[in-house]
Amino acid sequence: MKSLAELQAIKDKMKDKVVIREGSLTTRVVVGMATCGIAAGARPVLGAFVEAVNESGLAQSVTVSQTGCVGLCQYEPIVEVYEAGKEKVTYVKMTADKAKEVVEKHLKGGKVVVEYTVANCE
Amino acid sequence: MIRAHVLICGGTGCTSSGSKSIQQAFESNIAAAGLEEEVKLVQTGCFGLCALGPVVIVYPDGTFYSRVTTDDVKEIVEEHLLKGRPVERLIYSDTGEENVDITNVSLNDTTFYKSQNRVVLRNCGVIDPDNIDEYIAMDGYAALGKVLTEMKPEDVIQTVMDSGLRGRGGGGFPTGLKWKFCAPNKAAQKYVVCNADEGDPGAFMDRSVLEGDPHCIIEAMAIAGYAVGATKGYVYVRAEYPIAVARLQHAIDQANEYGLLGKDIFGSGFDFDLQIRLGAGAFVCGEETALMTSIEGNRGEPRPRPPFPAVKGLYNSPTVENNVETFANIPQIILKGADWFKSMGTEKSSGTKVFALGGKIEHTGLVEIPMGTTLRHIIEDIGGGIPNGKKFKAAQTGGPSGGCIPESLIDTEVDFDNLTAIGCMMGSGGLIVMDEDNCMVDMAKFFLEFTVDESCGKCTPCRVGTKRLLEMLDKITSGKANLEDIDKLEELCYYIKQNSLCGLGQTAPNPVLATLKFFRDEYIAHVVDKKCPAGVCKDLLTFVIDKDKCIGCGLCARNCPVGAINKTDYVAPGHKLPSYTIDTEKCIKCGVCIGNCKFKAINKA
Repeated sequence: MKSLAELQAIKDKMKDKVVIREGSLTTRVVVGMATCGIAAGARPVLGAFVEAVNESGLAQSVTVSQTGCVGLCQYEPIVEVYEAGKEKVTYVKMTADKAKEVVEKHLKGGKVVVEYTVANCE
Repeated sequence: MIRAHVLICGGTGCTSSGSKSIQQAFESNIAAAGLEEEVKLVQTGCFGLCALGPVVIVYPDGTFYSRVTTDDVKEIVEEHLLKGRPVERLIYSDTGEENVDITNVSLNDTTFYKSQNRVVLRNCGVIDPDNIDEYIAMDGYAALGKVLTEMKPEDVIQTVMDSGLRGRGGGGFPTGLKWKFCAPNKAAQKYVVCNADEGDPGAFMDRSVLEGDPHCIIEAMAIAGYAVGATKGYVYVRAEYPIAVARLQHAIDQANEYGLLGKDIFGSGFDFDLQIRLGAGAFVCGEETALMTSIEGNRGEPRPRPPFPAVKGLYNSPTVENNVETFANIPQIILKGADWFKSMGTEKSSGTKVFALGGKIEHTGLVEIPMGTTLRHIIEDIGGGIPNGKKFKAAQTGGPSGGCIPESLIDTEVDFDNLTAIGCMMGSGGLIVMDEDNCMVDMAKFFLEFTVDESCGKCTPCRVGTKRLLEMLDKITSGKANLEDIDKLEELCYYIKQNSLCGLGQTAPNPVLATLKFFRDEYIAHVVDKKCPAGVCKDLLTFVIDKDKCIGCGLCARNCPVGAINKTDYVAPGHKLPSYTIDTEKCIKCGVCIGNCKFKAINKA
């Protein structure tokens, strides 16, 4: 170790990987992973979220986790986004591609992708 | 991509309750579920709740699973990790609030953690101690970087002095002052020594820090080396701590590889080399001069001071010696400043203190609290109180060198000076809780037996004096003493304190003096009434069967190892079989009969 910059580089690289344990993340993406959700294809959706969140450098503020049955089985895979101080957004009939779009537009850009939300589905 | 972390405690407590096999079970179950790419398994240091081990935490939710068995692992993987449904029956919940959704309870919400302030233990149970990168992610080595690139040695010493940090090994000597004494002494080679020879029965703070966050000790020692001008350091750790030794060695190797130890650290021109020395388990080697003598390869015996180690220490060179917990505070003080540190604790004892809770307490384990927290808060709230509805009697601090705090002083705010004022001492942080079933004379005897064993034998007051003290206590607990013996006992205590060479002898009579001060009535009961009020001292007990309660089942007689229980001719009214009686000549007072009697017909008197 010859400089502080080297240390900082390691720290930056590692921070994303341990921040998950601090419980300080502000945004939560929750994927419905009950039997219905998994049957409808929730696993690739979850994978796409985890990947996209990391790739867009959002790992310091967003956690991706799963939950049980949300209750709207015909709309699975369902994904809910909780942001501090904002109303929860529920996305339905998600796919891996839609997941990437949500990360890009909603989590990064701050604009809810209205056409995928439950409000637009009924 | 990783979306969840499973943290498994790899401290000594959880390892001995089987956390290794749980880790293996997780590995195979995660692989079977095809989650290797999504879930990361991390072995960490101690979380603190050793009584509830093995402990597993799942992030990002922070779900805290306690007393996990290998059979539970499959369920956790399939339900929680795969489907996102936490396994409720395994979740530990003690938030002190009712009607909480326990699936949302994280470790930090529990009473045990809420009242704590983790500075020394901040990374224990959070990072993987075998991974230097994780330590760096938690601001690791940033303090060393700051010190080497921005600060002069005297600034470092001033910061530590301003923080008010005092030696956590028990002495409470100001750390900054120790460094200041050492810095100006000129020598070809100076040393930094870390005292990790944690020998007090019931204390395991230092072990947990070394096991959970070994890099913070390395970093702090390098900082101390820079401050006082030492380029070589030794960690003296007891060989009874194999996990701590292995993790520390691994950490030293990694730090060397990264160039955080060795030559020209951070391009500053500062060199620091660190090595481990193993102690062979002699309690006296926790005394600083004996410790250094032992590092030199000689028999661990103390030597008179002055000269103090700051002038003439290891290999007759100026040496700074601090305890593990003291060092663990240093990087945080450098990064956050002396004022931040002073904002915690009391005026004369700043910062926090780690205690190892043991004895008759619900949450056996490790807690870190700000100095000045009351003993009541530590025992009743954080520690969860005394099990089985028993009554608190006393708490022993400072192990064999300390004293006991009786119930009347349970609201004492714990810091160096308050404990000294009531004739106790902070010690290194072992806190053993005793309830009404503990005999205080017997407790003093237990610690005396320890110091008699551990006295190195160099000076007479300690070698002979402690032996005589133990004999007197034996006389008291066997009912052969008279009141005069108690006075003699006290007199000898003061003599040993005043005339012993090192801390071991000077403090060895403390458990006797403290119990004499607060529980003299128990001594008198032993001597005058020939009774042990707590029912512990066997020589003063007789086991008696209440002939009217005895139904004559004979279970006690069948289980008595010495055949001391016999049938009588007496049949109690309402019973069909004759009752039994104990032959006190044959009885060895083992208590097996009491344990076997379902009718509570056998009593100690």
